[in-house]
Amino acid sequence: MAKVKVPRKSTSVDMTAMTDVAFLLLTFFMLATQFKPDEPVQVITPASVAEIPLPDVDVMLITISNDNKVFFDLQGEHYKKTLLEKMGKKYSIVFTEEEMKKFSQMSSFGMPIAQLKQYINLSPEKRGSFPSAGIPCDSLQNELGDWVWQSRLTNNSFRVAIKGDRDVSYPTIKQVINTLQEKDVNRFNFITSMESAQ
Amino acid sequence: MAEIEGGGGGHKKGGKPKGKKLSTRVDFTPMVDLGFLLITFFMLTTSLNKPKTMELNMPVKGDDNDKTAVKVSQTVTVLLTGNNQVMYYFSDPITLDPMTPQITDFSAGGVRPMLLRENKKRVPNIDSIQVYKDLYKLSRMTEIDMKANIARLKADVEGLIVIIKADDNAKFSNIVDILDEMLICNIGRYAIVDISDPEIELIKSSAASLKTAGTVNN
Repeated sequence: MAKVKVPRKSTSVDMTAMTDVAFLLLTFFMLATQFKPDEPVQVITPASVAEIPLPDVDVMLITISNDNKVFFDLQGEHYKKTLLEKMGKKYSIVFTEEEMKKFSQMSSFGMPIAQLKQYINLSPEKRGSFPSAGIPCDSLQNELGDWVWQSRLTNNSFRVAIKGDRDVSYPTIKQVINTLQEKDVNRFNFITSMESAQ
Repeated sequence: MAEIEGGGGGHKKGGKPKGKKLSTRVDFTPMVDLGFLLITFFMLTTSLNKPKTMELNMPVKGDDNDKTAVKVSQTVTVLLTGNNQVMYYFSDPITLDPMTPQITDFSAGGVRPMLLRENKKRVPNIDSIQVYKDLYKLSRMTEIDMKANIARLKADVEGLIVIIKADDNAKFSNIVDILDEMLICNIGRYAIVDISDPEIELIKSSAASLKTAGTVNN
């Protein structure tokens, strides 16, 4: 019997196509990505059927954690700088240029303004372990109202979004809403997660 | 293609007779590895679905001129008690006294059928909202027309008015749930109002039945 000569074929697979796909996907995700801002607290938002998307710009975000602490954040580094300057003036605390720059790059914060300077000067890694007491918003000392009001003086087109944990108790929500109403903010949005109507 | 054809600059090596042809194929496997590693990273950090929001309009504080009188018979008061339960009552149209409160919850069979029924009783053609939405889906109606029609039905003067009052034990999720029901049941007029003392008493006095209702539902 004559031996049939089988030409040896290479077992290596051409990876070019796979590379193409991988990098196509990579490009897509790189363009679509929007880095999650690191938040000081984990908040589980309640589910709802509402379908209005949160606007991309000019959002004033009030976060309420499940232990009823209030956090505040503003979008736009430029606005945040001006806001801190104004708040510093109001509470006669002097913030340096360096501190304002750091503040404008921060995400939500939740402490009385007296402690803010100390918090700003911490390195970002250490901020997580800072004992945030929440922004005072009761009738005795309503700093949240000042933050909201000064933000509105900085840019009046801000939309107020409230991101509350599902376990926040009603009195806290009521206090925040009352504060907003006092500052003439009568339209605001609750941030919710998606749910399909049964 | 990615492989580079060999033997381009054909310099025959010194004395080697017929040297083995070296493949100039580049191994792409590490590159694919790297690609997928980065994909994984971006997939995990990305947040594709934007958060959804629910809009809430509150009345301007201290502006009494803006208040409109409404018929008591048109309203239903919904009390949000703790324990994820709802208590609602109507008022007697003649004596204005509150009628016996009912206790239910936020499930689909809870407060929703009542709201739908009562709203339909007052606005018989409320169901046409669904028709308008369908017409819009079939492109037989423009979006502006649909929205105008829906807004007209929702703002009907005879429509049910829901007064939402939350007890201190209520949670934020309860508020969102009841506002959700307003959306689902197409109720255009509702308000979140501070709870009054008699109502706190009412919740306290029916605490026992609230509890039993809770155990039945569980």
